[in-house]
Amino acid sequence: MAMSILHRISGVGLAVGLLLLTWWLVAAASGADYFNMVHDIMGSWIGRLILLGFTGSLFFHLCNGIRHLFWDIGYGFELDDMRKTGWIVMVATVVLTLGTFFIGYGGAN
Amino acid sequence: MVEFNLPANSRIKGGTTHKAAAGAKNLRSFQVYRYDPDSGENPRVDTYEVDMDECGPMVLDALIKIKNEIDPTVTFRRSCREGICGSCAMNIDGTNTLACTKSCDDVKGDVKIYPLPHLEVIKDLVGDLSNFYAQYASIKPWLVAQSPAPPDGERLQSEEERRLIDGLYECILCACCSTSCPSYWWNSDRYLGPAILLQAYRWLIDSRDEIQGERLDQLEDPFRLYRCHTIMNCTNTCPKSLNPAKAIAEIKKMMVQRQV
Repeated sequence: MAMSILHRISGVGLAVGLLLLTWWLVAAASGADYFNMVHDIMGSWIGRLILLGFTGSLFFHLCNGIRHLFWDIGYGFELDDMRKTGWIVMVATVVLTLGTFFIGYGGAN
Repeated sequence: MVEFNLPANSRIKGGTTHKAAAGAKNLRSFQVYRYDPDSGENPRVDTYEVDMDECGPMVLDALIKIKNEIDPTVTFRRSCREGICGSCAMNIDGTNTLACTKSCDDVKGDVKIYPLPHLEVIKDLVGDLSNFYAQYASIKPWLVAQSPAPPDGERLQSEEERRLIDGLYECILCACCSTSCPSYWWNSDRYLGPAILLQAYRWLIDSRDEIQGERLDQLEDPFRLYRCHTIMNCTNTCPKSLNPAKAIAEIKKMMVQRQV
C-alpha cells in the first residue's frame, strides 16, 4: 500500500516539477536578469532540495511505473515477487537519484 | 469519497477493563471494539484478560471464552471455526483475517480486535455486508448457458479447463480483501472490490459458461473494474492465500484481448 500511495504522491510531484521546469524555460526566454534570478533560486539549498524531490519523484514514478507495466501483462503478482520488486524499485530510486545528483553537481562543486 | 476523520459519533472512547480471576498465570489481554447502536453511545474499546492456560489457541477461541465466561454482550459472527465459512472475518492486530485461523501466539503484545474496516458497524464486531452481497449478486455468480445440457449427464470439463478455476473457487467471500482495499473504502458504492471481481473472473473463465461477452460488458466501466490500481492489499491480507489482484489483472487482460 505504501508503494501505491508513493506512486500517487510522486505523480503529483512530477506535475508540479513540470511547472517548475516550464518556469525555468520561460525565464530563459525572458532575458538574462530574470533567468539569473531563477537560476540562483534553483541553486540555493532550498532550490536543490526541491530538485532532489523532483528527481526522486521522477525515478520512483519511472521504476514503479515499469513494475505496473509488468502487472498489466500479468506478471509479478505472487507476494514474494511483489515484495522483491518493491524493494528493487526503492533501491533503484535512491541509486538513480543520488547518481544523477552526483553526476550533475560532481563537476561543479 | 475520502474521509480522513471519523464522524463524531464514531470516535472511539476508552472502555472498561475486565480483570481475570486471581491465580491465573498465563494472562493475555484482548482489546475488543465495542459498539451498541441502541445505547446511543460512541464506540469504545473494552479490555478482557484471558487465562490462556484455560483457552484454545486461536483468537476465536478467546472471543468465545470471553462471550461465554466474562461478557455475554460481546457480539461477533462465527460458525465453522475452521476457516471455511468466512463468518469470523475481522481486523486482528491491524490485519483483516479470520479469527478462527489466527493464532493468538502470532500476535505480539495485546490482541487488538476490530470489525472489518470501512463497513457500517451493526454491533461490536459485526459489519454490514449488505452492499457486498448485493454486488456479489450483480455479477451473476452462477453458470449461464444457452445450449441445452447433455441429455444423459452433466456438462463436462477437461482437466485443463477445470484447473483454470483453481485458486478462485476456494474463495469463501469473507470480505477481508475488499475491506482492506483503499479503493473499495472510497468507492464501494460503484467499485466492485477484489472479492467480487475474483468471483467474476471465476465465472468468466469457466469453460461451461456461455455469456462471457455479456459478463465483460457488465464490468467495462470506469468504476466497477478499473478502480483497481494494483494496491495489492487484497492479496496481502487474504486468509485463504488467494490472489484477487491477479484475478483482476486477468480480467483487465481479457478486456484488451477481446478488442484485438
